[in-house]
Amino acid sequence: MKPFTYERITDPLAAAAAVSRGGAKFISGGTNLLDLMKLEIEQPTHLVDISRLPLKQVEDLPNGGIRIGAQAANSEVAADPRVRARYPALSEALLSGASGQLRNKASVGGNLMQRTRCSYFYDTAAACNKRTPQAGCAALRGINRIHAILGASDACIATHPSDMAVAMSALEAQIELLEPNQSTRRVAIDDFYCHPGSAPHIETVLRPGEMITAVILPPPPPGRQRYRKVRDRASYEFALVSVAVIIATDGGTITTARVSFGAVAHRPWRSIDAETALTGRLATLKTYQAAADAAMRNATGRGHNDFKVELAKRTLCRTLADAAQMSAGRQ
Amino acid sequence: MDTSRKPIAEAASRIVLKVNGQPRELELDRRTSLLDALREHLHLTGTKKGCDHGQCGACTILLNGRRINSCLTLAVMHDSDDVATIESLGAPETLHPLQVAFIERDAFQCGYCTPGQICSAVGMLSEVKAGWPSHVTADVSVERIALSDAEIRERMSGNICRCAAYPNIVAAIRDVAGAVSE
Repeated sequence: MKPFTYERITDPLAAAAAVSRGGAKFISGGTNLLDLMKLEIEQPTHLVDISRLPLKQVEDLPNGGIRIGAQAANSEVAADPRVRARYPALSEALLSGASGQLRNKASVGGNLMQRTRCSYFYDTAAACNKRTPQAGCAALRGINRIHAILGASDACIATHPSDMAVAMSALEAQIELLEPNQSTRRVAIDDFYCHPGSAPHIETVLRPGEMITAVILPPPPPGRQRYRKVRDRASYEFALVSVAVIIATDGGTITTARVSFGAVAHRPWRSIDAETALTGRLATLKTYQAAADAAMRNATGRGHNDFKVELAKRTLCRTLADAAQMSAGRQ
Repeated sequence: MDTSRKPIAEAASRIVLKVNGQPRELELDRRTSLLDALREHLHLTGTKKGCDHGQCGACTILLNGRRINSCLTLAVMHDSDDVATIESLGAPETLHPLQVAFIERDAFQCGYCTPGQICSAVGMLSEVKAGWPSHVTADVSVERIALSDAEIRERMSGNICRCAAYPNIVAAIRDVAGAVSE
């Protein structure tokens, strides 16, 4: 690990000045950043410890939504009674990620900012445009079983590894950012991650000096929520495909639908096409299959990951069927 | 803390960790993980280094009562925090109930993962007591968790055992969890 200087801040307003030093990075849980620093994939020369900022609360909002502090631990958010009752897909997504130990340390903001688990990003002997801009992408012709089938570019086919962000996408979360001029702005989670294009090392719309302070969830839409993760092991493994769905039915007809996929793209992949194909239709397997086809219409495999297209379709159908059944059972 | 006594090295920081109830003053290279601070500086070698990348759980300790991987955090970030290691849980003459259960159930072979397994189980049982759901909890909104074997396996998935003593680890934890809930 390369040497670095260290400071801890206790006031969010000090963040921008602290991180403006060359080579500076925020650190919170450290569960991803320190791993990458040990491998010298990340080489910050100054660490700004934001883990003790007073941004750990989960608060009810007057409109029926909630505000989740960026420094809240993943485990605290997953266990929060309001999250479990009103945003169960978020709780399920968080609980499907990592291990008990890691969830206790990892923060909500850090979860959003975590880097890809692309094996070529981790292999410093391989070409990677995220690590070294313009170096090339070894995954394109490499073993790309875990890679993207949607939204990728010829410069990068890495996926975003978060489960949490997938549920947040279906829940239409807003990310609250503190700007260097001390004002705040909000960015919808689906606008937060940049298309890889020709510069995949630029991963988010965060501006220099900005810090994530909270994630805002609007009141939950009607219907049942479900998060399903498909992976090589039963636990403690990243997704091959995951999906967050929210579905409400009335007399067998779908009235509301939200669909977001994980592990298929550089960001949580909200599928408005799937939602349109579901809304107003009968809650039947035929409808789910039409929605799955719509969601994957532009999906492209790169060889080893071709299976993900069919897996994503089947995962969506199965999850919609489960959630619709629960929804009908509650009426 | 008196930091005026001696000059501090360029790349070092001085911190106080509360380790197993005792304040311990340390001057550390800032790159030192909490795991290395415990093992190499405080000579508490009960906590084990396995993968050093947060993938095996051998380094699990309790930080302010919560289980974490000590390899994936910097010691310097934990000034004044409360750290509990396997050394605080039991001694040969006064074993922790989980240590007794691990022996009775033959829940290890080489034993390298065992301190992490036991610290993780202590943290896990307090999470269950607090009503935290898990990935295998059918309905995350329920308030009480019934600690089935499936629940134990899921909640302990962050601790790898290369000897594959898993069935006996589950049995040992089940014994103690049952005694706790009675």
